[in-house]
Amino acid sequence: MSPFSPQLEARFRELMQRYPARRSALVPMLLYAQDELGWLTPAAVQRIAELLAETELAVREVIGYYSMLRTEPTGKYHVQVCTNISCLLRGGDELYAHCERRLGVGHKQTAADGVFSLEEVECIGACSWAPAVQVNYDFHQELTVEQLDKILDAYAARARGERTDS
Amino acid sequence: MADPALVHLTVNGQPLQVPAGTLLIEACKQHGIEVPSFCYYPNLSLQAACRMCLVEIEKMPKLQTACTVVVSEGMVVNSDSETVHRARKSAIEFILTNHPLDCPVCDAGGECELQDMTFKYGAEQGRFVEPKRHREEQQWSPVVYFDRPRCILCYRCVRACGEGMDVWALGVANRGINATIIPSHQDHLECEECGNCIDICPVGALTSGAYRYQTRPWEMQHVGAICTFCGDGCKTTLGVRNGEILRGDNRDKSGINGDFLCIKGRYGLDFTRHPERLKQPLARRDGELQPVSWGYALETAAKRWREIQKAQGAIGVIGSTRILNEEAYTLQKFARQVLGTPHLDHHRTADFPALFDALAGRGAESLARLDDLKTAPAVLLVGGDPTPQHPLTAWNLRWGYRQHKTRLYVLNSGDIKLRRQAYRYAQVASLAAAVRYLNGEGEAQSAPLTGVAEPSEKRWPQTPAAEVARLDEGLQDFRARLRQEQDVIIVFSGDIAGDSVRDLVAFGNSLSGQTRYLALADNANARGAADMGLYPDLLPGYVPVAAGQAGLNLEQMLAALPRQGLASLYVVGANPFRSHPVAAGDLKQTFLVVQDLFLTETARQADLVFPALCAYEKAGTVTNTGGQVQPQRRGGGCEGAKSDLEILHRLAAAMGEAAWGAADPDRTLQEIRAQVKGYDLPLAKLLAGEAPLALPLNGRVPRAAADLPLRPHHDTLFTAGTLGRYSATLNSVMEGRADKR
Ligand code: SF4
Ligand code: SF4
Ligand code: SF4
Ligand code: FES
Ligand code: FES
Repeated sequence: MSPFSPQLEARFRELMQRYPARRSALVPMLLYAQDELGWLTPAAVQRIAELLAETELAVREVIGYYSMLRTEPTGKYHVQVCTNISCLLRGGDELYAHCERRLGVGHKQTAADGVFSLEEVECIGACSWAPAVQVNYDFHQELTVEQLDKILDAYAARARGERTDS
Repeated sequence: MADPALVHLTVNGQPLQVPAGTLLIEACKQHGIEVPSFCYYPNLSLQAACRMCLVEIEKMPKLQTACTVVVSEGMVVNSDSETVHRARKSAIEFILTNHPLDCPVCDAGGECELQDMTFKYGAEQGRFVEPKRHREEQQWSPVVYFDRPRCILCYRCVRACGEGMDVWALGVANRGINATIIPSHQDHLECEECGNCIDICPVGALTSGAYRYQTRPWEMQHVGAICTFCGDGCKTTLGVRNGEILRGDNRDKSGINGDFLCIKGRYGLDFTRHPERLKQPLARRDGELQPVSWGYALETAAKRWREIQKAQGAIGVIGSTRILNEEAYTLQKFARQVLGTPHLDHHRTADFPALFDALAGRGAESLARLDDLKTAPAVLLVGGDPTPQHPLTAWNLRWGYRQHKTRLYVLNSGDIKLRRQAYRYAQVASLAAAVRYLNGEGEAQSAPLTGVAEPSEKRWPQTPAAEVARLDEGLQDFRARLRQEQDVIIVFSGDIAGDSVRDLVAFGNSLSGQTRYLALADNANARGAADMGLYPDLLPGYVPVAAGQAGLNLEQMLAALPRQGLASLYVVGANPFRSHPVAAGDLKQTFLVVQDLFLTETARQADLVFPALCAYEKAGTVTNTGGQVQPQRRGGGCEGAKSDLEILHRLAAAMGEAAWGAADPDRTLQEIRAQVKGYDLPLAKLLAGEAPLALPLNGRVPRAAADLPLRPHHDTLFTAGTLGRYSATLNSVMEGRADKR
């Protein structure tokens, strides 16, 4: 039983053809699997290992290497605050501290209502617009605490099903 | 003459010559120049993770890792400069940043490579003052524990388990400072439980469930013994304290098994202290087995046997495939000369007589040692499943596959794990018919393929893809390809016997080059039992008995019991009633004497039981399934029990054979060397553990009047005949639970 949609299974089949060694498809497969399921569930690990004829251990080794691959669920909105050097110089650590206070959770933790989770991350490649925060796949740049609050308000509203303009 | 393939280099001003392609670290080692290393391990893939082996090489701007640099002509190396010394100090300082330094309580203390290196190359002080990160130790299986803070991330265990064992149960999770070794099933291991990862771990990060926190290495004597389980003959170094065998391991790597031990050789030896070990002779009184003195037991046996002899009753003798050569030889002598009976046999699991018959007239060049499998260009494996039944054989086959691209042809009626290394795999319904077909008789269809093996997923990038492409062309292609091979080693198990063995040899002899043969028999001294003449029709060295003088074989003896056809049965270290249950009534007229370690199914029915010592408690020699003879050394003891040799000598004395004298394994060995064809081995080599090859090739060996079917045990990795039942460790690992019978 596959934990993935038929579309994703088809995509995997196509991916595995693309490389001279099948296992080279592992990292993209993990990323797409995480996009679909939110995190890499045990069933996902098992299925990917099976598709690639690798051990689950080998799949877990790769997951462990990349901090963007997760084996725990996150909130609906995963808030990643950069505190690497450029962002740090422009207040990234304050943004992070503010998130901790506002969301009531720490690094790699998920709030009880499941809406937000928080992570302190290394450079996300947005240094020119530091300080930067990434929520799921969306970037928010040159932020102040106030701006960040508005952004988080908007996500919270979206989670409640309200329409917002931001 | 200068060998063109030699490369000249200079290390620390000393000129060296080594074969082209040698790694710098090996070149230095060969010439006695030590380059310290952690992650480098011969015959495993290169890792270059620890930076301990850095050396200076002229014309190269930075220090280089000697474990990955291949020597080149004119290379000038310095492994002893100030820079190199500083680099080593830093490497160790770095490794120690998060190392607990709990040497005084660590299991590896006293035999730890990190401890030795720190002592030799390290700085007195580290500069890191930050607190170290502690992690609780983890139990991954009954035999493997992991202490994460001690791990130096050399990845030796990962490679040994994957590349060496082909189990791939260990991996690395996370990155950088969070990197850690992880087991196959997140919090526990499911694997072959061989413990090779523990032996290969340079520090005390992986520890053995059997040994941890029991003692320190320097408090033990280390006795080089030969494993008493399968027929491969691994050396297992016994750690003995106060007469108790605490562990078996392989740290000195001097045996024929090199780096390898399986779970049985490493952990199975705890049967020696099983609470049910027999420590007193037992005699049946009022229907119950009751403890008696040695004197009484010996007298009783001698008296009854003399009476039976007088009444011309038949006496049967069944010998063991685990007792030592000296004991097996003495047992056949005792049966033939003292008891005066021809009814003598042992539990047969490989047809050595048929092999030696088929090889009549040939010499040592036609026999393969287990080691030869590591370098063979091609191997044909007929029957058997070496991975569980002959773990060292399987290790060597994998080695050849890995290091020499051995083409492995597997002919089997099942699906065995070595399929993963197979070049061609034919799964057939009848091995005998398939072998006949190989030898050019009949049609391929007469040995239909029962299943076609899919090409297995290869983990070895160095295997050319074309060679593993298709495994399904059938037996015809299988034979055609074999015929193009040269210098093939043919390995076969007890799944074929008699004429099939002769067919196989005929086929092998038709191949080009030098074909060599290896028969796989179960149990540590199965080959010794055969060579020493525990047969009803063959004397030691496969010399046939005089025409018409052959006795009953094992199955005939057992069949005679219900007919009251045996007045006595003497069973030494065997458990025939396990596979052939015998009703108590069948034994009414039979005086049953059993000599063993435990009250087995057979011993339970005996009239008289002698408690015997096991292989680890006595000295002598054993012959592995390939014919290599090795010394067995006494590790522990068992108060109250005696060696089979001593019991035999005492029985002979009790029966009035004054000339036998006291048991003396050395004297018996001399007799074997003088009397048994093929055993005239150089004593110095034998005692030095060089495992010289016994060559009992003796001309034609007549077919026994009643060819006895072989009964291989088909042991798994976690069972070992009757003996395995008494090892708590073999019984404790979860992978073995399904195996219990
Ligand atoms: S015990 Fe053997 S099979 Fe198990 S993890 Fe260690 S090396 Fe691998
Ligand atoms: S557990 Fe031992 S062998 Fe494995 S990586 Fe750590 S130190 Fe090396
Ligand atoms: S392979 Fe055989 S001889 Fe070697 S340790 Fe295992 S059981 Fe003993
Ligand atoms: S440092 Fe924050 S995005 Fe680069
Ligand atoms: S031994 Fe060369 S880097 Fe470890």
